[in-house]
Amino acid sequence: MSLLRVKDLSLSIGPTPILDRVSLEAGRGEILGIVGESGSGKSLTALSILNLLPRHSRLSGSVIFDDIKLTRLSDRALNDVRGDDIGMIFQEPMTALNPVKTIGAQVAETVLVHGKAGRGEAMAIARQTLDRVGLGAEEFPLSRYPHELSGGQRQRVGIAMAIALRPRLLIADEPTTALDVTNQAQVLDLLKDLVREDGMGLILITHDLAVVAEMADTVAVLKAGRVVESGPVRDVFRQMRDPYTRKLFSASAHVPARKAQQSARTLLEVEGLVRTYPKPKPAPWAPRAFKVALDGVSLSVAQGESVGLVGESGSGKSTLARAVLGLETAQAGEIAINGAPVRGPGDTAFATRRAMQMVFQDPYGSFNPRHTVERLVAEPLHLLGTEAPSGAERRRRIDTVLTQVGLLPADANKFIHEFSGGQRQRIAIARALIVEPSLIVLDEAVSALDVSIRAQILDLLAAISERIGVAYLFISHDLHVVRAVTDRVYVLKDGKVVESGATSEVFERPRHDYTRALIAAAPRLDAALKTRFGE
Amino acid sequence: MTLFVLKRLGSLLASLLAASLVIFLVLEVLPGDPAAFMLGLNAAPDTVAALRDQLGLNAPLWARYGGWLAGMTVGDFGISYTYRVPVADLIGARLGVSLPLAIYALTLSTLIAIPMGALAAASRNSPLDTGIMGVTQLGIAVPNFWFAMLLVLAFSVGLRWFSAGGFPGWDDPYAAMKALTLPAVALALPQASILARMMRSALIDTLDEDYIRTARAKGLSRGQALRHHALRNALIPVLTIMGLQFSFLLAGAIIIENVFFLPGLGRLVFQAINARDLIVVRSVVMLLVFAVVAVNFIVDVTYALVDPRLRRPVT
Repeated sequence: MSLLRVKDLSLSIGPTPILDRVSLEAGRGEILGIVGESGSGKSLTALSILNLLPRHSRLSGSVIFDDIKLTRLSDRALNDVRGDDIGMIFQEPMTALNPVKTIGAQVAETVLVHGKAGRGEAMAIARQTLDRVGLGAEEFPLSRYPHELSGGQRQRVGIAMAIALRPRLLIADEPTTALDVTNQAQVLDLLKDLVREDGMGLILITHDLAVVAEMADTVAVLKAGRVVESGPVRDVFRQMRDPYTRKLFSASAHVPARKAQQSARTLLEVEGLVRTYPKPKPAPWAPRAFKVALDGVSLSVAQGESVGLVGESGSGKSTLARAVLGLETAQAGEIAINGAPVRGPGDTAFATRRAMQMVFQDPYGSFNPRHTVERLVAEPLHLLGTEAPSGAERRRRIDTVLTQVGLLPADANKFIHEFSGGQRQRIAIARALIVEPSLIVLDEAVSALDVSIRAQILDLLAAISERIGVAYLFISHDLHVVRAVTDRVYVLKDGKVVESGATSEVFERPRHDYTRALIAAAPRLDAALKTRFGE
Repeated sequence: MTLFVLKRLGSLLASLLAASLVIFLVLEVLPGDPAAFMLGLNAAPDTVAALRDQLGLNAPLWARYGGWLAGMTVGDFGISYTYRVPVADLIGARLGVSLPLAIYALTLSTLIAIPMGALAAASRNSPLDTGIMGVTQLGIAVPNFWFAMLLVLAFSVGLRWFSAGGFPGWDDPYAAMKALTLPAVALALPQASILARMMRSALIDTLDEDYIRTARAKGLSRGQALRHHALRNALIPVLTIMGLQFSFLLAGAIIIENVFFLPGLGRLVFQAINARDLIVVRSVVMLLVFAVVAVNFIVDVTYALVDPRLRRPVT
């Protein structure tokens, strides 16, 4: 008999329909994966189970948990179920913890609020639970605050809060999306162990098919609020009866068609780059300590080449990108683009800056919402100084780049909120293209996008590179993407390049242990299916 | 934490020193000779010169500044030109009214505002919320002297519960508190209105935070999540406003002091400025600067108590 049965669940918020007769089942000691793209309603399905919905929500259908009909319970009665029988983990470890309370108090609160123990005993349970999720007493006393922990550690605290009372069902909403590959692998292993040891049911919500392929027993594919396909992972992923499942599959394994660029002419040359940041002093008289972000990094990019840069968070990837763009002054080392020096914010000539442009990760935060697309896209033109086009010529250029990225010239008069995430990233690329740069730095530029949109953007980038011969410095924690779109790759660890070479060579025969660990930690769809189900 | 407090204390002393220099210099360049003013229009020039000498106005600038600073550290603020009594006594007596009044008003406003703001935020967009917001709108719009006169009409003239003005001194603490009650209420009303609105919007922001959802998923009720998680996080902006309000209440109560015939600091400064009693002006302004800086110090330390992230820099 199953632990949780969701039947014909429909939800609307205000006038907007969100879920349309969703039905799911989750069993004891089993993992149910829910996959879908953003806007498919997977998070709201999770929140509907515990009825933690926003205001003006209307829910119909039934949620039956162990013979209790949750949809019929009052909010007060549901409070007894939440955290005790059903635990929940959220996506954002950085904001899901209360910043002003110690981790001990926050884990113990789960025990206290359900009246399962007194304060002393609750703290003891908090200690045991934190030990269990791998946060030992020595390094992580109960008196630690969330801001003193890294993202992966915070996510473990989040898990500890959810499992302190050993719930029978755990709902994890994108628990590893904000983490890098090694942390992701550790957290997924932890969840798997908990399911095995406690016989707990787990609902794992993710956009990543590879994670589901590695973890789940059954899977439900959600599209626009409807379950298009569900069943055992093996059946669903092998047969893919629904066209949408097939589309998701091909998009997530998508490799854009591109020719490897072989050019002898060096475009970007980075030599022995060092960047340190002063650490805050513990006391005014203490000597100044430094955090080394880049420790003698050398790298080169040839004309028209696509070069990948991979590493965990904190490895120095973004610092390197900022230094290359002249937004950061290095303490030692040289950067040159087309032979012209790049020295930092004050000392880099506009003509030099013009040669490199960037596309950032967040398609929502990297545009001024009050400017028209025309103004946003035309912004880098000031780098051209007196040669900057005006009037009809300026307009023609804007039209050209918008067309190049697959948008319409008429889109220039719109505002950024009228576009979807993928379209915004196209606008960001158009903005980079308008000054005809020779290098575009892409800092996690496709990480926030859904798989199908990501595939489109990768195709677009490949096509642009082919047409105008622009080079890319592609920074990502997503090894699959880097493998699909780059010619060469550099592996960064603690501010040092530990390995570099042709992408296929590095991925197939990694020489450094760290590279090997990174590749092993990254979930891979085909490999996971093969190890689990053979063939 | 100790280091944090020491650092703050250091910057407190530095601000006080800088402020004293500015106050001293500004009042030095201000037109108006106190000696001539005291002796009247028909005074002979040599009498004025003699008085200037007696008042120490002829000493070099730096010596006068040094003397003023040194005097202040031992509580000697000089002698008032017009009242001919030590400024310290003068200010001490007035402070005995203004400080309790400010504390009284701030306590009242906090006690009213925090629960009202929390209630409004918890029942966002309900009739209760609209009602509370309407009342606070009124509280901000109504001038406090007019409200003070209404209070006098209702509670002194009509009900005869309180006297209409004056201050009996602290010999009878009950009578003293009673005399300060209507002025404190009049002062507290607009402050409470601002604070309640601030509390409401800060709480609404924190109630939308992810950690509130986490708390609810742990099984906390809406009210528990608000009390245990949202309230403390919402307190930071509210504390800032409270700090500003206290400094304002200390010296800005002049109109209310006039309505209720209270011998407070506001009236003292006003009279001293009219009489060119620069020693009194200088000392009171210095005292107010001290109050503002000290309140900021307390607010900073309270921030750090409320929010652990501010206790030490993130590494």
